[in-house]
Amino acid sequence: MSLASTPPDIPTLPKSLAANPILSRWVNVHSDGVVDVRVGKVELGQGILTALAQLAADELDVDLAQVRMLPANTASGPDEGLTSGSMSVADSGPAVRLVAANVRALFVGEAARRWQVDAERVTVVSGRIASPQTPDTTSYAELAESVDLGIAADAGVPVKTLEQQRVTGTSAPRLDLPDKVAGRARFIHDLRLPGQLFGRVLRPPSPGARLVAVDVSRVADLDVQVVRDGSFLGVVGADEAQATRAVEILRGSTTWDERDTLPDESDLDTYLRAGPHEPIPVIEDDPGTQQHDRGLRATYSRPFIAHASMAPSCGIALWQGDGRLAVWSHSQGIHGLRNAIAQVLDLEPESVTVEHAEGAGCYGHNGADDAAFDAVLLARAVPGRPVQVQWSRADELSWSPFGSAMTADVNATVDEQGRLTSWAYDVWSQGHTARPGYAGNPGLLAATHLEAPWTYSAPTDPPAARGGGTTRNAVPIYGIPHRRITGHRLTETSIRSSALRALGAHMNVFAIESFMDELAQLVGQDPLAFRLAHLDDERGRRVLQAAARAAGWGQDTPDGVGRGIGFARYKGRGAYCAVVAEVEAEHDVRVRRLTIAVDVGRVVNPDGVRNQIEGGATQATSWTVKERVRFDRRRVTSDDWERYPILLFSEAPQIDVEIVPNPGLPSLGAGEAAQGPTTAAIANAVADAIGIRVRHLPLTADAVVAAIESEQL
Amino acid sequence: MKQRYSLSVNGAQVDVEAEPETSLLTVLRNDLDLKGARFGCGSGLCGACFVQVDGAVVPSCDTPMWSVDHKSVVTVEGLAGDDRLHPVQQALLDEQAGQCGYCLAGVLVSAAALLDTNPRPDEQAVVEALDRHLCRCGVQGRIVRAVVRAGQEPI
Repeated sequence: MSLASTPPDIPTLPKSLAANPILSRWVNVHSDGVVDVRVGKVELGQGILTALAQLAADELDVDLAQVRMLPANTASGPDEGLTSGSMSVADSGPAVRLVAANVRALFVGEAARRWQVDAERVTVVSGRIASPQTPDTTSYAELAESVDLGIAADAGVPVKTLEQQRVTGTSAPRLDLPDKVAGRARFIHDLRLPGQLFGRVLRPPSPGARLVAVDVSRVADLDVQVVRDGSFLGVVGADEAQATRAVEILRGSTTWDERDTLPDESDLDTYLRAGPHEPIPVIEDDPGTQQHDRGLRATYSRPFIAHASMAPSCGIALWQGDGRLAVWSHSQGIHGLRNAIAQVLDLEPESVTVEHAEGAGCYGHNGADDAAFDAVLLARAVPGRPVQVQWSRADELSWSPFGSAMTADVNATVDEQGRLTSWAYDVWSQGHTARPGYAGNPGLLAATHLEAPWTYSAPTDPPAARGGGTTRNAVPIYGIPHRRITGHRLTETSIRSSALRALGAHMNVFAIESFMDELAQLVGQDPLAFRLAHLDDERGRRVLQAAARAAGWGQDTPDGVGRGIGFARYKGRGAYCAVVAEVEAEHDVRVRRLTIAVDVGRVVNPDGVRNQIEGGATQATSWTVKERVRFDRRRVTSDDWERYPILLFSEAPQIDVEIVPNPGLPSLGAGEAAQGPTTAAIANAVADAIGIRVRHLPLTADAVVAAIESEQL
Repeated sequence: MKQRYSLSVNGAQVDVEAEPETSLLTVLRNDLDLKGARFGCGSGLCGACFVQVDGAVVPSCDTPMWSVDHKSVVTVEGLAGDDRLHPVQQALLDEQAGQCGYCLAGVLVSAAALLDTNPRPDEQAVVEALDRHLCRCGVQGRIVRAVVRAGQEPI
């Protein structure tokens, strides 16, 4: 054997476990039989804790009811980075499985030692531990005191095979839903710590505003403490109603220096293209000039989109006597938040603890981190007392980061047989991440309002290895001989943008899939057939065909009803999703029905996948037909539900989801698969219904009229 | 100036002190420790805080305390009583009709009021009854199915 030969396959720890190998950081077994599992991923309303609990229950051979999922904590739990990018099952799943398998092996080993039997023949069923070699039985509960979990995970412990799993792969009900349906305290907004005070912040009236003067005498008769640091202004008090009232009074007692800093909302195309930009070359084949081929070009765009979570952001902070700072937040990245707070306040990160507490639905980098930092600033004025800060609806809709507006040019050629020969794509956007820690910036909103204000560089993009931002899904899945694909990220921006579900993939899939329909029309082919003719990926083909079959593709639609298809593989390596939309487009666009097929590899919880796909598609329907952040040159004006309307119950489409099974392949996240395909399918259905292509979101009655007018020019 | 108010909340008589303009929602959450009704917008436009006052569904965020003196308030916690679930709460669990769940308490209050007046609502009636509620996670379809199902359960 030569030294150069391949070493034997040594099992390695999954990434997040390698960084946090000690078992007790993940799992604790109590003498009442409850198994606590603490992961680094957080519940965002997507059901991740239920899925991870299923994986743990299977490896431990306990019932799901025995598993208790604890909130993520920077001090006592593992650091698994962000809960984002539809990576939680893929990232955390293997770690949880291996940890739980290790724990089971240690308990089995302890039982075998006590009984002097073979560990290999010890069985565990519903937490009861037994052996054919002894009439005795024991349990996790009984052995809890004797087994030390303060040791590192062993990568060699086998995990269950697919056939051995009992809970994984079933539609286990959500662990958090009973509390939410009963109306029990569950959210960070519901937390009431001993001695807790209520804080409110008076945000500047516009992004560029500076506080010149404030007359605090107007709130002198209220039992609140006013806190000011530069242009950061807030109040703290024991009575929430008074704190809220005080902020409203202060709003009328402040003088601000305001400036016009925002771009022209009616011409975002010019703003996005003006630069300066960082070019992001994705593919640099020379499309060449295909002289004998027919060409087509088009421009697509979307506006800024708001997270518009149902709850305003909320944070709690407590400055403890020993200089330590405790923070509760619904952040997607508690470790990043901890570091950012420490960075702004020049603290040792170890002196700050952040614990996750559930918020309302989180669809990306919203105001959670900012609200936590607001609480930190206000709580600093009242050491020893926890302060809970809750944002207003107006602040939530105008100060949370937005998903960036984007615009894209596509230019393609087809040969005489109707085959694509070249494809050139340029997309312009602000960056898609300004999370705490991005590009070295703490990223926290209030830090930019302090007496010594922080200034941040423009939002950036996640690296290509994590799927990119502006150019996420900018590469078509279809076989095209010559391609050039370039992103253009603005490096000077005047609106705060950051990660919103699917990032640039929403816009890029909308553009690519709309254009595929336009090309199909050019060459006189059916849109589905045109796609399949250019698609070699077998999983993709199956998903497209499944959606088409379920939707009755090819059958006639009633007058005024159009049908359209949209398809993508998220990030080019995630879940496959095809959507067929059926719309009515008369006065405005009504999405009647979405028929969806997905392939997410191995499914941990089928109903959880369906719920995520249904929700993603419904939210994308809202983005597509209704949503647009509005602003003048100074202020964001879409700051309530009337000026930022989202989809109503009466506007929600019927949705049918088919999961194309692929249990032998790795799990792929479902949370961001549906957005791009849904928007594209709706746009294609509108074109089918009215014969006019609408290329600019949202697809409102105004946009349809504008498209008709431009067609007539 | 704080005033004394006397009202029935989920069947129990309570006396609270509050400013007349303080919202019912604030009193429910902070004085009566009923966290089911949630703050969403403060102007009655999202439905997260809906409760029943003398049988009518109202936004508690936008309902001042002076207007509920001697009235009867029912929140999500009081739809069925201690540790039991109203059929529509059970139906939401059966349909797994939730993601983040922040909107659900208000939705349930409206759904229960609908079922009181229309015990067998069809999909259209449910949609109309819930059209003042927003759900950002996109669970509308499941919620509507659940409420229709609650109406079909044997009583």
